[in-house]
Amino acid sequence: MSKSIKEMGWDELVPGAALFSFDQVIDYTLAETNPEDRTYAETNSKNLYVGDWRVMKPVWNTELCIDCQNCWIYCPDSAVISRNKEIQGIDYDHCKGCGICVEVCPTNPKSLMMFNETEKNELALTKWPVKKEKGEK
Amino acid sequence: MNSKQMELNKVEVWDGNTCNAQAFRQAAVDVLAAYPITPSTNTVETYASFHANGYVDGEIIMVESEHAAMSGCVGAGAAGGRVATATSSQGCALMVEVLYQCSGMRIPVVLCLVNRALAAPLNVNGDHSDMYLTRDAGWIQLDSFNAQEAYDLTLCSFKIGEHKDVRLPVISNQDGFLTSHTAQTVRPLSDKVAYDFVGDYLQVNAMLDFTNPVTHGVQTEHDWHFEHKAKQHAALMGSLFVVEEVFEEFEKISGRKYNLVESYKVEDADVVIVCLGTTYETAMIAVDAIREETGIKAGVLAPRLFRPFPLTQLASKLQNVKAIACMDRSAPGGTVGTLYNEVAGALFNTQARPILKNLVYGLGGRDIIVNELKEIFVSLNEEAKNGKLNGKIQTLHGVRGPELSFYEH
Ligand code: SF4
Ligand code: SF4
Repeated sequence: MSKSIKEMGWDELVPGAALFSFDQVIDYTLAETNPEDRTYAETNSKNLYVGDWRVMKPVWNTELCIDCQNCWIYCPDSAVISRNKEIQGIDYDHCKGCGICVEVCPTNPKSLMMFNETEKNELALTKWPVKKEKGEK
Repeated sequence: MNSKQMELNKVEVWDGNTCNAQAFRQAAVDVLAAYPITPSTNTVETYASFHANGYVDGEIIMVESEHAAMSGCVGAGAAGGRVATATSSQGCALMVEVLYQCSGMRIPVVLCLVNRALAAPLNVNGDHSDMYLTRDAGWIQLDSFNAQEAYDLTLCSFKIGEHKDVRLPVISNQDGFLTSHTAQTVRPLSDKVAYDFVGDYLQVNAMLDFTNPVTHGVQTEHDWHFEHKAKQHAALMGSLFVVEEVFEEFEKISGRKYNLVESYKVEDADVVIVCLGTTYETAMIAVDAIREETGIKAGVLAPRLFRPFPLTQLASKLQNVKAIACMDRSAPGGTVGTLYNEVAGALFNTQARPILKNLVYGLGGRDIIVNELKEIFVSLNEEAKNGKLNGKIQTLHGVRGPELSFYEH
């Protein structure tokens, strides 16, 4: 696809609104390539920014995280970045702010918490709650 | 084809459902979704017996509803298979949501629609309500008037829909019971000739191509939706020429000629009936009879293609006609019939401005017989002579009770 889809007329679109993930034929070693090293097609959702859908954002606290990968597994948009089973942080270009990652985080206190979109992450990290005692809500 | 070939006689006695099933078998369908509904049940039943006896190579999927049947077809088609199914009436109504998915995704499924009335009241007999229901679903629609044509056109449907410039699903219509359950003589093609005609299915952007991952059925909002619909419409309008091409090729192997618009004695006619389905053949008899008995120059015309509607081809055949009765076999639902609208639309911007009336007839399988059609020709001829319509534009023809007419001119 040389021309951007945004400049295409109706006659240039792929019939059936089929969208290709990659511009070229892929081989099976692709799974071992990190997402940032792959050449996604323009229409791949990787190339679309959805960060502005958010009102609240998840902030990740590396001090508390036990790398259980729950957030990575459950995030519906693959917006939690994990390498070799170690969480790296949140991909804020593709995170929609649904809060699922926070819900599934098992640590006490949680290693992920939702903050106002306008809050600075460094400041958010200073507001972290303390460990809850048994029976405490 | 790894399945057994079937030895067919030069002339077989088949009903319309058997014709569908035989066409599916000879086209070597990969996946057929089966959900029974009268009067199309026998299509998938007969096909299942071919499958059980080793004459079919593909899969039959038993589904839990017509919605699932069409969904299965869309999935199998997107994966890269040649797929088909059959339905009628309420089943068709349940499929409608997926019919739009199918055409929008440009998957060339073949659906044999055995036309039947829509409830309520419940009715299993034939009228064109289900055909009209699918009117704007973006499918190509062919209409056969007897069993032979059902066989021929279902075979053609695969070739038309799968054509690289078309890639759209096709509905092959036939009248419930009148065609689907009436055994008639049919001249089939041999398995080899039929399969060579349809050809191998050439999949495009198949989902099961793992080296070229593709997403089907994507979301498009205001930014692309219009363009995709435009592309779909262009393919549908352009398919007219592909249909003609396929009909020509079919004539070469079968000797049977099909046209975008079928007509009988329209060339010199003053008065013409425009209709769909089996009524065409009944009207041919009425045309001959009325011409012989009264000298009225009668003719009958039926679009072979309901979608895309052959507007110019139809208009050019009706340029010298003085009065036309457009016969709609579907409950009109608060306006003039669809066929009336189509014909009026086709003629309005041409020189011809004949008297045009709308007869709603034969609902729920009520017969239309030669004598009634003769009477219609006689009254059309009066109107042609007087140069004006006698009564209102729309009449419910043959309904019990006082005359029921609407739409003053
Ligand atoms: S908020 Fe939702 S989208 Fe964002 S990282 Fe968490 S789970 Fe993913
Ligand atoms: S769910 Fe919580 S603890 Fe587990 S990896 Fe994610 S942030 Fe870390």
